[in-house]
Amino acid sequence: MTAALPLGGAPGFPHRHLLGIEGLSRGEIEFLLDLADHYAAQDPREHKPSSILAGYTVINLFFETSTRTRTSFELAAKRLGAEVTNMSVATSSIKKGETLIDTAMTLTAMRPDLLVVRHPDSGAVSLLSEKVDCAVINGGDGSHEHPTQALLDALSIRRSKGHLAGLVVAICGDVLHSRVARSNIHLLTTMGAEVRVIAPPTLLPSGIEGLGVKAFHDMRKGLADADIVMMLRLQNERMQGSYVPSVREYFRFYGLDQEKLAAAKPDALVMHPGPMNRGVEIDSELADDIARSLIRTQVAMGVAVRMACLDALLRGSQIAGGEQA
Amino acid sequence: MAVAGTPERVAYLNARLLDPASGLDAPGALLTEGTRIADLGPRLFADGPPEGVEVVDCGGACLAPGLVDMRVQLREPGEEHKETIATASRAAAAGGVTSMVALPNTEPVVDDVAGVEFVARRAREEKLVKVYTYAALTRGLEGREITEIGLLHEYGARGFTDGLKPVAEAQVLRRALAYSTAFETVVLQHPQEPSLATGLMNGGEMATRLGLSGIPPLAEVMLLERDLRLVEMTGGRYHAALISTAQSVEAIRRAKARGLPVTCDTAPHYFTLDESAVGDYRTFAKVMPPLRREADRQAVAEAVADGTIDAICSDHAPQDQDAKRLPFALAEWGIVGLETLLPLSLALVQQGRMPLLELLRRLTQAPAGILHGRAALAPGLPADLLLFDPERRWSIETGRFLSKSKNSPFDGQAVQGTVLRSVVDGRTIFQA
Repeated sequence: MTAALPLGGAPGFPHRHLLGIEGLSRGEIEFLLDLADHYAAQDPREHKPSSILAGYTVINLFFETSTRTRTSFELAAKRLGAEVTNMSVATSSIKKGETLIDTAMTLTAMRPDLLVVRHPDSGAVSLLSEKVDCAVINGGDGSHEHPTQALLDALSIRRSKGHLAGLVVAICGDVLHSRVARSNIHLLTTMGAEVRVIAPPTLLPSGIEGLGVKAFHDMRKGLADADIVMMLRLQNERMQGSYVPSVREYFRFYGLDQEKLAAAKPDALVMHPGPMNRGVEIDSELADDIARSLIRTQVAMGVAVRMACLDALLRGSQIAGGEQA
Repeated sequence: MAVAGTPERVAYLNARLLDPASGLDAPGALLTEGTRIADLGPRLFADGPPEGVEVVDCGGACLAPGLVDMRVQLREPGEEHKETIATASRAAAAGGVTSMVALPNTEPVVDDVAGVEFVARRAREEKLVKVYTYAALTRGLEGREITEIGLLHEYGARGFTDGLKPVAEAQVLRRALAYSTAFETVVLQHPQEPSLATGLMNGGEMATRLGLSGIPPLAEVMLLERDLRLVEMTGGRYHAALISTAQSVEAIRRAKARGLPVTCDTAPHYFTLDESAVGDYRTFAKVMPPLRREADRQAVAEAVADGTIDAICSDHAPQDQDAKRLPFALAEWGIVGLETLLPLSLALVQQGRMPLLELLRRLTQAPAGILHGRAALAPGLPADLLLFDPERRWSIETGRFLSKSKNSPFDGQAVQGTVLRSVVDGRTIFQA
């Protein structure tokens, strides 16, 4: 009943958790993307929920509010036939760390098979993974990593451009605070793309070049000949004089509009992890331009990528071993 | 382990006598009478000890002044679940530390005479190592009003510092430095520009990878250089705590060359570890200032060797499990150091960076001198002694620490050099 998987001879995914992209090999990333591609090809409205993860329990554990990522994981789990429960942990800023360990202990007792965890502190998901006895997927930790976002971005690019190696990808905006940027940098550089980051100096972390990227402060220069323009969200509280002087100044120099996009390749595609601040980091018309924007594809690929990640971690070697029935 | 009562006379035979103050490094013997050193030298008891004397055969081990640790946090009063004066004293004794000076950042803050007296009384009750305290430089460590420096000094405060909190206001530090010159005391500052030192680890590529906000190394030298201008202006005795960067070392070197009344210290983690120790979000290596890059570590080690850094302290900062087993951002700062101070410091000798006698100077004579005290092997001085084997190899096991807290990144680390015996006022308080 499972459709044929295009995975003959694939190395599989030999990790217990998916905590980040850093450290994954090219082959492992390709394995996840290929598996996701397989799920993306299925139309869920025709395809009844699969039962390959029947009997597995997934808990979405979110210490930070999220609608999109949580819903995406929930749908992914359900389409594979897993039981899924959502837990949102209200966090006071002081005591949330204690809650983390306490919650880990409570959850372990419930014996789930996999936890999807989002937490506002870098490293918190990794810490939690040491305290539980099940697989853990990082749904975003602080400014550290958001691996499934990078995978869905890569899948969106690969399906549009046919490949990742050799592409010029410009990541623009609040790189300093962005886990999406970090995971994308690790993934794209590993896959052989040329990655640039474009941001005002106050929103670029020090030593970013050490991650294998080129840094730009001038958007037109940074976008020159880009194949992909990946915009990042800038949070409101960072735009009132702390990191950048004002919204209008930010949009003037770092907001993406048709004029700045003209510096990129004529067939360059625009991406955004959402939710968008229209008129802050991206021009509203551009965001809706189906010819240029990959934003809706990203959302669609999100579910497929998360199905692949759940499958890879829960069934692991079984997938690589065969199942080409 | 701890032996009650002070024996009348003790002869330490077959020792390698090491006294940085006099430059003595020779085989010999030492005699204590009551609480004091009575005599010592290469020829003492060459024909055997006299009758009626308790004899300690040192078997060729090193006999030196007991270590003087000028920066510890005792957590009493206020956080006795992390450490107490009793447990820290036992840890100190096991680490060869015979005198230690506590930061005033307890709850309540030691910013009045009663606080200084409390520490002195508790130390007398424990009757182990000598426990002193600094007093806060400003009331409540708030950085605004200076404390009663003269009265606190009279009651035994060994110096004045706001502990982990740098004095940010230049005017406040200026007045404190100027006022302190009326007394034989010292102002100690933890130089980190507060508005820049808001991150979680050393700024740079590693912090960027981990997604942790960085503290630029500049935050240290910037406040240090400002302070040095105030020292020049006021003539106040100034001590910079926990030097961690190459730039700070240079600033201190220049200030000393200009004759400013400046001293500084560092702790073993700054010449033993670099920022890679916090990889995988290891909160046990979360310290302030943060562990820096390899080049800084090297510069700190060299500065200890050449004397630009005067003293090595343990920077003993006990934290319990609940305070450390947290996401990195939420975990408390600090490393316990009393029981690893000597072996980690001895590595500088084993690496050939400095002679043993010089290293002992950083751990005894220099810190004592900065605090207007004396630590030496000399007749008439208190018999505060450390007997150690500089060669013996062992592995640090944090589970065996006598300190109430075990927060050390050095668990399992192979080290060389072990404390055999600690003596305070002629009385053995620790024996391996």
